[in-house]
Amino acid sequence: MEESYIVSIAPHMTSEVSTRKIMWAVFWSLVPAGIAGVYVFGVRSLFLIMAAVLSALITEATIVGARKRSMSNVFDGSAIITGLLLAYNLPPGVPLWMPVVGSFFAIAIGKKVFGGLGQNIFNPALVGRAFLMMSWPVYMTTWQNPRWVADAVTRATPLTIYKENMTGLLRNISPWDLLVGNRPGCIGEICVIALLAGAAYLFIKGYISWHIPFTYIATVALTSWAFNGRAGLFTGDALFFVLSGGLILGAFFMATDYVTSPLGARGKVIFGIGCGLLTFMIRKFAGYPEGVSYAILIMNAATPIIDRYTFPKWFGWRKQ
Amino acid sequence: MPYKFYGGIHPPTFKTFTLDGPTKRAYIPAKVVIPLSQHVGSPAEPLVAIGASVNVGALIAKQTGYVSSPVHATISGKVTRIAPSPTPALARALSITIESKGDEDQEYRPSKRQNTESLSKEELIDIIRDAGIVGLGGAAFPTHVKLSPPKDKAIDSVILNGVECEPYLTCDHRLMIERPKEILAGLAIMAKILDVKNTYIAIEDNKLAAIYAMEKIIKETRDKRQETSIEVAVLKTKYPQGAEKQVIKSVLNRVVPAGGLPMDVGCIVQNVGTALAVYEAVYLGKPLIERAITVTGSCVKEPMNIYVRIGTLLSDIVNAFGGFKKDPAKVIFGGPMMGIAQYTMDIPVTKGTSGILFLSKDEIKKPAESVCIRCGKCIEVCPMGLVPSTLMYNVKKEFFSQAKELGIANCFECGACVYTCPAKIPLLDYMKFGKAKIPAS
Repeated sequence: MEESYIVSIAPHMTSEVSTRKIMWAVFWSLVPAGIAGVYVFGVRSLFLIMAAVLSALITEATIVGARKRSMSNVFDGSAIITGLLLAYNLPPGVPLWMPVVGSFFAIAIGKKVFGGLGQNIFNPALVGRAFLMMSWPVYMTTWQNPRWVADAVTRATPLTIYKENMTGLLRNISPWDLLVGNRPGCIGEICVIALLAGAAYLFIKGYISWHIPFTYIATVALTSWAFNGRAGLFTGDALFFVLSGGLILGAFFMATDYVTSPLGARGKVIFGIGCGLLTFMIRKFAGYPEGVSYAILIMNAATPIIDRYTFPKWFGWRKQ
Repeated sequence: MPYKFYGGIHPPTFKTFTLDGPTKRAYIPAKVVIPLSQHVGSPAEPLVAIGASVNVGALIAKQTGYVSSPVHATISGKVTRIAPSPTPALARALSITIESKGDEDQEYRPSKRQNTESLSKEELIDIIRDAGIVGLGGAAFPTHVKLSPPKDKAIDSVILNGVECEPYLTCDHRLMIERPKEILAGLAIMAKILDVKNTYIAIEDNKLAAIYAMEKIIKETRDKRQETSIEVAVLKTKYPQGAEKQVIKSVLNRVVPAGGLPMDVGCIVQNVGTALAVYEAVYLGKPLIERAITVTGSCVKEPMNIYVRIGTLLSDIVNAFGGFKKDPAKVIFGGPMMGIAQYTMDIPVTKGTSGILFLSKDEIKKPAESVCIRCGKCIEVCPMGLVPSTLMYNVKKEFFSQAKELGIANCFECGACVYTCPAKIPLLDYMKFGKAKIPAS
């Protein structure tokens, strides 16, 4: 035997897609919504976003370093996305330390204590947001109007207006305003067009499937159209409920998080419907005007059991 | 007409290396090493002793038992060694070495059989068995066994598998273009043995030349056939379209039950190369002493399809195509998805070898493994509808009985999950290990 060749188990070729590539694709798909947020609310939002991302990276690096693991994990893109999503879920008027604390909590408690990437039960960014919401509710519910509106501070997002029955104000908000983001809201959730552009990119790349976003949004649209309180059945403004609030951001970028959503197609459909029903119920009956983040967090908790009961039958399966 | 199967991937095909060149005749090697266990089943038993002179085509090892296959001398010469040698399946098997001095007649002279039409089914099966024919698609299951299903299994269809979904390989594609008439004749023999009226030739839709050639010959021979219908089933290009259960699903929309065989749903699948070998055995009396293989890869100076005598050492074939452009780092028997990597070139071509692929160093970069992020891609592509990621965790924790309950035994190791995994987890390594550890009961 003159020379020895490399031996390994088949297959001897793999696709070019890697975890890192997917993560960066998600990052780039989120950029347009961020740009829109900064444009609408001013450059301060950019500082908030950067603070959240930096805090996420530093927290990740500190914990990875303390555990003496490979530093390459820090830049796999997942920490940056967590920071980015957390910032997108903040009102533009919060003090600068809030994204820092939120990202720290999201990475340290939301992700790392469970064992890091791939092991966390809840979407880390939403864990961070829930923590901030409980700790500093006033900051988290003080909203800003877009830069070009005269009085900067307002108390009401479109959903708050609806919740508190200030329907007179609602007339000022057209579907077009909701699409382009001409309304108060969180930094990353307002510009629906930018979010959809990013989501389309992920669809084309095949990194997210239709199952969760479609069923989620369809369920919210159907339920809010069907149950419109005193106004009677089947009279709700479905478009308003889909476009306002954080539904588009949540359905495309947070509910679809690989780690915390079910594995199979059937499970994903159940997950999406569950998220939709919970979002509707929180918006309708609970104290908060918006329910996307809590709906996703609750369904995250249900993911293992959904996986268990939707385990696929294999090819040629027969009853034993 | 074509149906589809669940899952599958679309790897780059790399078939253009060898797509258009005609299948060449390899030079006759001076030495062959013929393993006695090239097929599924019990190994053949040597009939010759060291020092014996044999002629090409002579029987040198007889079958032992029903699921077994005889072995023939593939060159004329002297038997110099009968000892265990490496084979492509990564194990040592008893092999017969024949060396020629160079002055023997190496041409196999077919003895044309007369009155082939009047042969009975039993006689045909005997001819196929004695010619040592096994499935040439890769699994190398003895063909005479496949052609004699038990009485209680009614067979209504024969599918000729010309799918060739493995990247790089084109030998079946070239055979269909160059020898469609012989392939049809082989198919007709198999249809006669099985008493089947519906026959199909399954070809992927990227092999237009093969589809054209087969449809042309079917049209030309229409008058000569009595009732047998032959249909070219054009299937979507998707790996692993050519896997037996998947091709049945795609052609007939029948699902072979888990753990079952194609005959459970009334059909038999044979490779196009096997059909050619059946034709040669029945009409020309020629045993299986050579086969077409694809020699390919970016390192190879002249990638090509060639007919090679069984037992030719890879190191000798290298001379036939004029060596390498680049040094190969990986030598694979078969295609890149399911082929077996070899540590040396002193490996003989066997009946089940469909191609030899040489990959250079920069083509085999093995990316670092990272953690599973539950993306579910492996579930989307598994043609058997398994959950490779969950099975991986079970095997990792040595929960073998749990893995069995989740269907790990159904994995046929196509490698689609590994191909697609963004975390680059070697899922198939876990599958193979888990399958080997399945508890008995």
